[in-house]
Amino acid sequence: MESTQHTTSRRDFLKWSSFTAGGLVLGFKWVSAEAQTADIFVPAADAAQVAINHYLSIGTDGIVTIFSPNPELGQNIMTSFPMIVAEELDADWNKVKVVQAPLDKRFDRQLTGGSGAVPHSWMLLRKAGATARYMLIAAAAKQWGVPESECTASEGFVLHKGSDKKLSYGELATAAGAIAVPANVTLKDKKDFKLIGTAVKNVANHDILTGKPLYGLDFYREGMLYATIQRPPSFGTKVKSFDAAAAKQVPGIIDVVQVKNGVAVVGTSTWQVMKAKKALKITYENSGNIESTSDHDRIFGELLNSDKATVRRKDGDVDAAFKSAAKVIRKEFQCPFLSHSPMEPMNFFAHVKEDSVELIGPCQIPGSARTAVSKLLNIPEEKITLDLTRLGGGFGRRLYNDYVVEAAEVSSLIKAPVKVIWSREDDMTGGTYRPAVRYRFEAALDASGNMIGYKLRGAGINSGNPTRESNFPTGAIENLLIDSIEHQSPITTGAWRAPITNFLAYAEQAFLDEVAEAAGKDPIDFRLELFEKVKAKTIGKINYNVNRMIDVTKRVRERSNWGKAKKGVYQGFSVYFSHASYVAQVAEVVLEKGKPVVKKVFAVSDCGQVVNLGGARQQVMGAIVDGMGHAYFGKLSFKDGAAEQSNFHNYRLIRMKEIPEVDLFFVDSGFDPTGLGEPALPPTGGAVANAIFKATGKRMYKQPFTETEAFTTTPGASGKKTF
Amino acid sequence: MALFKLNVNGKERQVDVEPDTPLLWVLRDSLHLVGTKYGCGVAQCGACTVHMNGNAVRSCILPVSAVKSPVITIEGLSEHGDHPVQQAWDEVDVPQCGYCQAGQMMTAAAFLKTHPKPTMEEIAGAMQGNICRCGAYHRIREAVLVASQKK
Repeated sequence: MESTQHTTSRRDFLKWSSFTAGGLVLGFKWVSAEAQTADIFVPAADAAQVAINHYLSIGTDGIVTIFSPNPELGQNIMTSFPMIVAEELDADWNKVKVVQAPLDKRFDRQLTGGSGAVPHSWMLLRKAGATARYMLIAAAAKQWGVPESECTASEGFVLHKGSDKKLSYGELATAAGAIAVPANVTLKDKKDFKLIGTAVKNVANHDILTGKPLYGLDFYREGMLYATIQRPPSFGTKVKSFDAAAAKQVPGIIDVVQVKNGVAVVGTSTWQVMKAKKALKITYENSGNIESTSDHDRIFGELLNSDKATVRRKDGDVDAAFKSAAKVIRKEFQCPFLSHSPMEPMNFFAHVKEDSVELIGPCQIPGSARTAVSKLLNIPEEKITLDLTRLGGGFGRRLYNDYVVEAAEVSSLIKAPVKVIWSREDDMTGGTYRPAVRYRFEAALDASGNMIGYKLRGAGINSGNPTRESNFPTGAIENLLIDSIEHQSPITTGAWRAPITNFLAYAEQAFLDEVAEAAGKDPIDFRLELFEKVKAKTIGKINYNVNRMIDVTKRVRERSNWGKAKKGVYQGFSVYFSHASYVAQVAEVVLEKGKPVVKKVFAVSDCGQVVNLGGARQQVMGAIVDGMGHAYFGKLSFKDGAAEQSNFHNYRLIRMKEIPEVDLFFVDSGFDPTGLGEPALPPTGGAVANAIFKATGKRMYKQPFTETEAFTTTPGASGKKTF
Repeated sequence: MALFKLNVNGKERQVDVEPDTPLLWVLRDSLHLVGTKYGCGVAQCGACTVHMNGNAVRSCILPVSAVKSPVITIEGLSEHGDHPVQQAWDEVDVPQCGYCQAGQMMTAAAFLKTHPKPTMEEIAGAMQGNICRCGAYHRIREAVLVASQKK
């Protein structure tokens, strides 16, 4: 057992280190020379658990190397994952090195998406750390000839309680490697956490701040070529024929090849291939519907009145409730497509060889990328390696591996190592957008203002089910109907940070605000009444914990001094459960030259145990900026199948002058971590919309807000550029 | 193709590229100084910001043939990564994905030379041209202020 373990460690280190051969430093601090002298590679749990014998190693120099499997795109996973391991290990954080692991089947859920990494791996990582801690203590106890129970660990040392005996983890590493792996380990009591819950700086700061090559676009290898692809500008068209003569005249161009979704120009530098791409002469032919935004506006109307919707949820008797209603409120909310626009455009390196493939770059779901490349080239997955670089943002775009597959396709055609680069224009016009959606909400109120019936229809363009039928207010209303219907379009869509809820939450929270107004109730009181109904008697099955909803709601009411804002300050409230966390927000809006300006957002988050307070604060601040920015400005429209926006001059993103102040609070609810990459974004649009209503009397029925009446009819809000 | 002599981060470099090649791609592809980032190619996002003659310029739209003055990139902002702006960025723990931060810091460093004691409003005005898609603007703003308080 022990010897097997030892052998495994050696082999694994050779394997890990082989990934670095010939390449630049990928991601962050690869296994370095001293780490290769490490003597143990600790299996982190019993054999039955498999796949977690690869999270950490301890060097004889005392350096603890922690492998971070999940793609890092700014959610700070490379810091928070190792913190969890180091906590249970009682490591000295200053002696922890973090290494981005390549794609490896021994890691499960090696992906970034769904705010799920920490919730999923929380116990695995703790056990990994605690197991290593146990083995180090056992090794020390054996050496000292004392019972293990007399030993403890702290800051990278094992200490003997009864004496001043002390050994460092480095000194114990080899002996600990010979200790049998315990079947069970005791985890710390949360109250004893020293690292978890504190603010720990991003482990990659130094490399980021000094401009080290970390990202996919930074990858370079001697002899590699560069390629860029001209894809059909309109969705619903494909390449019919092309003339590459002029493109080939551009210096540095080596080849022009047709690929499945366009024409690839291959050359010796980025600028040359970008120039040559513009010199291509391509004719296109139709392959599907050619759609414009005006078509979608008409289609939405048809879908909302269609009798072909799929029922997602039905509670009670909705028809009867609406017939008996004293008042019915019926409103529609619409959002446009959005581009993800991570700052680093899509790119990937591929080297397809005779019977193997090497892939290097930024992606959120490397396992699927490998599977897709395997299918395309008919090369077994075992023959394909994938190294992860740091990702210059993702927001869901890099969950789609079209750009990885294209890189492999180009490399296989030209039989050379190649990095395929998308320009910003390629990125913005190239698809996998947040789907455009229109919702129709209907509420039936009785004479006392109680909501006795509720209907929601979601209609979307390639949206799948754009409702979340078990989210609030489901559970609070006796008679409820939620259905959905979608239009299939050649315009490709995909998950965009907080998929579906990024707009559904805004629409629902804006609608409930309006229902509260119609019922003559304070918006927060109205929500609390509904929560109390859920508590008293939950209608059907729901997927949220109503006590956590109540808690964040009451706390944000208190923190924001709700209802007592200074004159000229208008407040709007929103609360939403998404993924597995709860966030309540109050936005404060003032009028400047008659134009609504968001000055402050209060956010109370219950994401269970906060791992890295610094990172958590950043996630919430960033999500508020993201949510508000896209609600205000975000819009991707189509004319004859082609995106009308192509770069940041006409696709407006939020900038520094527009950000509100934020007030953050994290609830210590006692729950394990429930994720935070997305949950703070969905409530923001609703809180802001509701505050704008208070300030202007105008409801926001569509995004972007800046195209609505509250902005277009007030002086100084004519869409003038502020930069 | 033509030969161009450049002074980058205090070193004389020579590159053989087409005259219209933007400085950004000369830095990245020819000199392998990849700290300067490509974000939009049309001077809208600021990820490619470098210093030329001490001024912040957008290297993505600056043809190499127009570069007549010494250029400083993020790699040359300080010898040991300890320029006040870099220190402040670390202290405030600014980076999320981190991709835009080199451009943000280069803009900030040039701004602080002319505005050693800026107000928050002046900072926001100066940084308005740099996009951070992660929305780390609060910390960027704070870091510029912290940097201004360092010697």
